[in-house]
Amino acid sequence: MNEYNFAYLDEQTKRMIRRAILKGLAIPGYQVPFASREMPMPYGWGTGGVQVSAATLTPEDIFKVIDQGADDTTNAISIRKFFQKVTGIKVTDKTIDATVIQTRHRIPETSLTEDQILVYQVPIPEPLRFLEPYETETRKMHALEEYGLMYVKLYEDISRHGAIATSYAYPVKVEGRYVMDPSPIPKFDNPKMEMAAIQIFGAGREQRIYALPPYTQVVSLDFDDYPFEASKADHVCDICGSSDTYLDEVIVDDQGGRIFVCSDTDFCAAQQSAALESSE
Amino acid sequence: MTPLLSVYNLTKMYGHRVGCQDINLDLYPSEVLGIVGESGSGKSTLLNCLAGQLTPDRGRIQFKTRSGDVKDTLTLSEPEQLMLSRTDWAFVHQNPRDGLRMSVSAGGNVGERLMAVGSRHYGHIRTTAIDWLDRVEITADRIDDRPTSFSGGMQQRLQIARNLVTGPRLVFMDEPTGGLDVSVQARLLDLLRNLVRDMGLSAIIVTHDLAVVRLLADRLMVMKEGQAVESGLTDQVLDDPQHAYTQLLVSSVLQA
Amino acid sequence: MIDVKHLAKHFVLYHQGATVIPVFQEANFSVAKGECVALTGASGAGKSTLMRMIYGNYLCKAGSIKVNHVEMVGAHPHDVMQLRRTTIGYVSQFLRVVPRVSTVDVVAEPLLAVGEKPIHAQEKSQELLSLLNIPKRLWSLSPTTFSGGEQQRVNIARGFVYDYPALLLDEPTASLDSQNRDVVLGLIERAKSNGKAIIGIFHDPSVRDQVCDRVVDVSQFMPEAAA
Repeated sequence: MNEYNFAYLDEQTKRMIRRAILKGLAIPGYQVPFASREMPMPYGWGTGGVQVSAATLTPEDIFKVIDQGADDTTNAISIRKFFQKVTGIKVTDKTIDATVIQTRHRIPETSLTEDQILVYQVPIPEPLRFLEPYETETRKMHALEEYGLMYVKLYEDISRHGAIATSYAYPVKVEGRYVMDPSPIPKFDNPKMEMAAIQIFGAGREQRIYALPPYTQVVSLDFDDYPFEASKADHVCDICGSSDTYLDEVIVDDQGGRIFVCSDTDFCAAQQSAALESSE
Repeated sequence: MTPLLSVYNLTKMYGHRVGCQDINLDLYPSEVLGIVGESGSGKSTLLNCLAGQLTPDRGRIQFKTRSGDVKDTLTLSEPEQLMLSRTDWAFVHQNPRDGLRMSVSAGGNVGERLMAVGSRHYGHIRTTAIDWLDRVEITADRIDDRPTSFSGGMQQRLQIARNLVTGPRLVFMDEPTGGLDVSVQARLLDLLRNLVRDMGLSAIIVTHDLAVVRLLADRLMVMKEGQAVESGLTDQVLDDPQHAYTQLLVSSVLQA
Repeated sequence: MIDVKHLAKHFVLYHQGATVIPVFQEANFSVAKGECVALTGASGAGKSTLMRMIYGNYLCKAGSIKVNHVEMVGAHPHDVMQLRRTTIGYVSQFLRVVPRVSTVDVVAEPLLAVGEKPIHAQEKSQELLSLLNIPKRLWSLSPTTFSGGEQQRVNIARGFVYDYPALLLDEPTASLDSQNRDVVLGLIERAKSNGKAIIGIFHDPSVRDQVCDRVVDVSQFMPEAAA
């Protein structure tokens, strides 16, 4: 523990990142550039989220890490162990116990509270990137609120597939101003982004931080005649029986047998134990 | 009648070289102004300065907006300029690839300006796109095809539809018929003339093709080495040129 | 209706040693409503030039041309454009049109330019085309491929489709057969009786004598030095 400064990064770096976070909170949805550091893990493994967590965590925090909703995947375990080692803080699997949750590709099913911070790992923070390759241009487009192109993408979706086919990283407009990439969460999670907790997005390779203060208005882009739908697989969880959670499809044998299970492992486990208790 | 666009002493230098110098002109509503001259005469520089794509070194450009206010376009804020360029103004490039999104379908290309000014109804956007494709003689069944699969003439017509869909009041055109087959040119000229008349458009057309301006332009400005050497009614300038350079230009045209 | 006073004109050919070709000096004449005046003079005397100056197609060096009290000399292009839309028509010897446009639309254009309803403009256009014996099967075609006589009749139809108070006719009957020539002369007579002022150039003396009230010999306007 003594070999590292608390949370791995030096205090000056954490200050720099906190300033970026504060600026991001002050301008919801705006991508704040920051001097991303080399972290002891490759880009694409959550270096942005890790730096935001490092700058956010205090010795009293209780930390949870999820990857695609699960606490027990390689990426989640590695990051959790990393912070245990460099901070010595408590960690948990339980959403309700955590004060800081770092996530990749999901928002927990359990509603978050004002005491919590949700940190997202973001691969590509720029929602306009695939439409406009130049950073100078996309910055100008954000500045001038020139978002027609974003709708062109949705238009192309409908004309080609008969519906908006974008199912994850579905673009949102924040407080009627900035169009933002919500990171590759399923569009099922989009409505949850209007929440009580602070949400901070970190993109390490792209060196951008953006944020949503509590209760920020987050609207998924759509057309009047093709409204946004927070869709999910049309099933209930085969383990806990929940009907209103995001499901993973799991192939279970070589005959094409498949089951649908909650992607949020903590939520699924809690549902199971609750069911067990009520049956006893 | 007050001019739609007034230009005073517009000058653009490229270092010590003159792009265009001390250009003055007025463009009236529903009027087509042709700017002719050979390559390097500064006509494209002038057009780009007028359309806000280049910043001139000196001079003033005044534009009468829809609401009747006269605005100095060079001192407009960037958002105001952008709004102007996607509502009241349009720019048709010589090369349709410069004015189209080649990876987006024809319908998406036409719809973009609509969506940029706030259209949020897919059905309406699509109906309008089909209507405009029809006006530029592209059949509705091509709406979901990308412009990469279109011929040069079709691409140019698509570019025109994409530009005119929001009903602009002023269109800048840079050699709109350049690089097209003669038969395709004729079709495009006919189309442009009808659109100009039906929509009450004003247009500034830069070209080196005197036959094009004779058929499209009400008035003509002749440029040489960055200066406007002569201007007047199109047929008067072409039939009774007063400046030595214009005489040379007119007499150099091959008679078909 | 048309007043020409002290008019002077010369051409400068910069690329042929800046040769100055004087054309007119002190040209004076006028045309009243309901009158048809023929311009005469030898070939090269400047009949067409004078006509083009009145139409604003050629610039004038000095003097005055008033059409319906509007001064053409030194006029702003917009005033000339306006005058051409509403007051003065010109039937030239050449047909210049956008390729691919149908004959009916070519003839209807002057009406559309003053805001006439397309349906009415088309009807009027068809009326004149049939009067001038342009076969119906040609109406939807572009006149660019027509014979000389047909093109001339399309040009005449264009000139008469709108009731210009002043009309300039440059050899309107030159390549027409006698039947069509009589139709054109009938149009001119009718325009005269409707109070239009007409200036014409007619090659054929018998045609000229038939419709013209007066003759103005343009050679008298030729500068002394050149003559």
